[in-house]
Amino acid sequence: MSLRKFITNKTTAALAVLITAFANTSVFAQDAAAGAAAAPKVDMGEVYKSVIFYILVFLAACLFIAIIGKAIRVYELSREAQGKAVGINWNRIHASLFALFLVVGLYGVYWEYTVHGAMLLPDAASEHGKKIDEMFNLTLIITTIVFVVTHILLFGFSYIYKYSAKRKAYYYPHNNTIEKIWTIVPALVLTVLVLMGFLTWRSIFFKVEDPKNKPLQIEVTSEQFKWSIRYPGADGVVGNKNYKLTTATNPLGIDFKDLNSRDDEMADEMVIPVGKPVKLILTSKDVIHSFYMPHFRVQLNTVPGMRVYFEFTPTKTTAEMQQETNDPNFKYLFYCAKICGSGHYNMQKVVRVVSEAEYKTWIAEQKTYLNDDLRKQFNLPVAPAAAKSEADSTATDTAAVKTNQMALNK
Amino acid sequence: MSTIALHDEHNHDHADHGHHKETLISKYIFSMDHKMIAKQFLITGIIMAVIAMGLSILFRIQLAWPDKNFPFLETFLGKWAEGGRIKPDFYLALVTIHGTIMVFFVLTAGLSGTFSNLLIPLQVGARDMASPFLNMLSYWFFFLACVIMMSSFFIQTGPASGGWTVYPPLSVVAKAMPGSGLGMTLWLFSMVLFVASSLMGGINYVSTILNMRTKGMDLWKMPLTIWAFFLTAILGILSFPVLVAGVVLMVFDRSFGTSFYLSDIVMGTDILPNEGGSPILWQHLFWFLGHPEVYIVIMPALGISSEVISVNSRKPIFGYHAMVYSLIGITVLSFIVWGHHMFVTGMNPLLGGVFMITTLIIAVPSAVKTFNYLATLWRGNIRFTPAMLFAIGLVSFFISGGLTGIFLGNASLDINLHDTYFVVAHFHLVMGSAAIFGMLAGVYHWFPKMFGRMMNAKLGYLHFWLTFIAAYLVFFPLHFLGLDGVPRRYYAFTEFEFMKKWLTVNVFVTWAAIMAALAQVAFLFNFFYSIFKGKVSPQNPWESNTLEWTAPVEHLHGNWPGEIPTVYRWPYDYSKPGHDADFIPQTVPFSQTMSSNLPHDFEGNAEAEKIQQDWELANPVTENKG
Repeated sequence: MSLRKFITNKTTAALAVLITAFANTSVFAQDAAAGAAAAPKVDMGEVYKSVIFYILVFLAACLFIAIIGKAIRVYELSREAQGKAVGINWNRIHASLFALFLVVGLYGVYWEYTVHGAMLLPDAASEHGKKIDEMFNLTLIITTIVFVVTHILLFGFSYIYKYSAKRKAYYYPHNNTIEKIWTIVPALVLTVLVLMGFLTWRSIFFKVEDPKNKPLQIEVTSEQFKWSIRYPGADGVVGNKNYKLTTATNPLGIDFKDLNSRDDEMADEMVIPVGKPVKLILTSKDVIHSFYMPHFRVQLNTVPGMRVYFEFTPTKTTAEMQQETNDPNFKYLFYCAKICGSGHYNMQKVVRVVSEAEYKTWIAEQKTYLNDDLRKQFNLPVAPAAAKSEADSTATDTAAVKTNQMALNK
Repeated sequence: MSTIALHDEHNHDHADHGHHKETLISKYIFSMDHKMIAKQFLITGIIMAVIAMGLSILFRIQLAWPDKNFPFLETFLGKWAEGGRIKPDFYLALVTIHGTIMVFFVLTAGLSGTFSNLLIPLQVGARDMASPFLNMLSYWFFFLACVIMMSSFFIQTGPASGGWTVYPPLSVVAKAMPGSGLGMTLWLFSMVLFVASSLMGGINYVSTILNMRTKGMDLWKMPLTIWAFFLTAILGILSFPVLVAGVVLMVFDRSFGTSFYLSDIVMGTDILPNEGGSPILWQHLFWFLGHPEVYIVIMPALGISSEVISVNSRKPIFGYHAMVYSLIGITVLSFIVWGHHMFVTGMNPLLGGVFMITTLIIAVPSAVKTFNYLATLWRGNIRFTPAMLFAIGLVSFFISGGLTGIFLGNASLDINLHDTYFVVAHFHLVMGSAAIFGMLAGVYHWFPKMFGRMMNAKLGYLHFWLTFIAAYLVFFPLHFLGLDGVPRRYYAFTEFEFMKKWLTVNVFVTWAAIMAALAQVAFLFNFFYSIFKGKVSPQNPWESNTLEWTAPVEHLHGNWPGEIPTVYRWPYDYSKPGHDADFIPQTVPFSQTMSSNLPHDFEGNAEAEKIQQDWELANPVTENKG
């Protein structure tokens, strides 16, 4: 009670508020200094002190708020006692705060769009990605307009129609015409978006294969927490797998009885020729992962027991993208986007988009999955040329596959 | 009618039989009174919300300062934060349990459980729920579910950590991560109890609304809150059992060696024997509940905000019928949109196209609701009570979060946005923030009904403004991380060169989250302090029309001391021209408000219209022009 008596005087109340405010700011300043000093040490005593310190800061803030609250209360009571109108018109304060929030908020949105909006992915580096980007932009424009207009109305109405004892609200329970309009207009806009989305979706997933420009098959297998890439070799076909064949020497369970498998090549990074369609074959060994390659607007989950396909055509080489983004270290990446365990946050591989010629030289250097150990395992003749260079052995293998294929075709 | 008579008798019995004397246990613990059960749900929900918020602060700290040590974390978390740094597995457990608690325990049980229980009998005019015993069981199953979920923090291998969607095989194969051991078993067990609780609640809500409305309370005179709770309960009854089916199959896969969700799995070089199942099956079963679930979360919040906005704008809700039909539309459509969570999961792309169409259609009723809220505010006489502030905040979040749904519902755009921070930002605004704001609006608005005391308005203002600003500061920037291709559920952004530019944003977001969390102290203090020390509430503090404010402030078993009041009009006669006060409670017959009756009020009743016409001829309007 004594506290209240003390504060009844308006000047004392104001003083108390000011003193608390100053005390708080100086406390914060000390805190910053203390934090900087304590950083290098890992002494638990210090830590507990800092935790207690933060709690004290928070309690001081609470006390500060409580004092302000009491001061307001005292002010209102004194107004009431003097028979004047109610002290603080909270309705007006909130209305003004909403108006302020609208202005500052819209500026904040503008700031976000321009500052954070400039930090986003570069333009799509694939053919279908361009369509996705166009549609994204259209959706963004429509939603931004709706966002701004509805918020202006929401906070604008809150500001204009704040409570006044002199006024009565307008009794307006319904208006069927208006309601029809604002049902039909969103429906029409959404129909346009749905149609565009539907057609784009179909064009991405239901491609008609051009026999003259057959896509390059690349198989990607996910497991905790890495990716394995398999190129099809000279025959252009990725061979069969069977998870039951998985061993330490054959971690992907490739079935080398299938002739198509024998020339399949492994790679540490994904290298793809620009302008040529690529058909990704995605599978998983253990849990679900997600193959996410955002620069090309490609994502598909890899699911154990399923083979899923995503076809896309890269349009910009890594070098071109480095120029476009002004970043000499720019790299295309693919990484995991589906929670898959403790290493989920670091499961990436580099993608290099290169010219056709560069691709050819690169692919020629890659090793096949089939090695002598596996040959023995699958009762295949160990190549006599095993001592020779790997490239040669690939060549002989390819030849063998070709003759076999011809034999099969007969 | 018959039910009302029956219940009056029941009440009579109560007065007669001495053995009904309330003990501490029957009044506060195993209570069968809907008002007490509502309070139990609310307080449990608030405690769970505080826990879930604490978890979110923990993982926000990890995201903001991935290479700093916080030794005090080790003090609390022991080996899960060795050296003061949260481990990746525990980080995933944190996001998983945060999501599970928030979606199921706070925003389903805490929201629906609280306000359906409190308001359904009071607003439709019933003495209690159709089955008070089932109602009590519903709470205690929920409580058990909470206890079991939290107990998983006290076991060796830690809580479930495969994300709140617990996709198999990650959640089924114990070797995949430590959380998929006992922690996951507890998760499944807890979820079964939770669904049982929801079903008992839901069946109760539906039967009470259908059978126990007071005289005159036809369906089109029910407040929008009741419509929302009704449709939410129907959604829950139809979709939750599917989750149980999925959970049971998962229990079989985990414990009895079946292969519903498993096939062709090799852990390292260890070939699992399971064959023929499909992990996609779980996703279908889960999202068949999971999508309606987000409407189970948001619809009660929308119902509450409809009521709060109408009361505090002193204006009828605009387009009452349209509001009801859009709720019905959302209810029906929400069953055929689940596939939009699975556009890129390897589901047949043909289905993706279909689900995209249904998904974007559901935006139409949502848009209608938003426009109707705006129209209700237009030319209102707005009182900014704390509840009203939160309801306006809800509309803002509903718009902001709803619009980003148009991106995600579009299968083609979802390719690049799926499982990124864009999704996180989207659902935290539209489902998280909006629904939490709906819940807080409800708490501030009906606190006097629950506890007979008022909450402190000024602390409520402070709470609102801090939370509103902080929530936008937390979630708005996250959209941009998603648009840059940053996936969600990443333990740290340190391993990718391009993500490093977002580290400062993460620090900012974490500070905003801490501010939001501290702002809740204002609420918690206000809430618990006001239960005991708040100003005693008048009977109708907000000058509201609905039936619950005709019940006395003191709680009694049976809600109304005498007969249950009869209802004559819809609940939104605010500021009706020709009437002296700016509200006319539902219990006021038209014969007492001749000066303000409109022809529309007597739809189809020729006799009443005739009486009104005669009265108007006898009393020509002179100066009464509203």
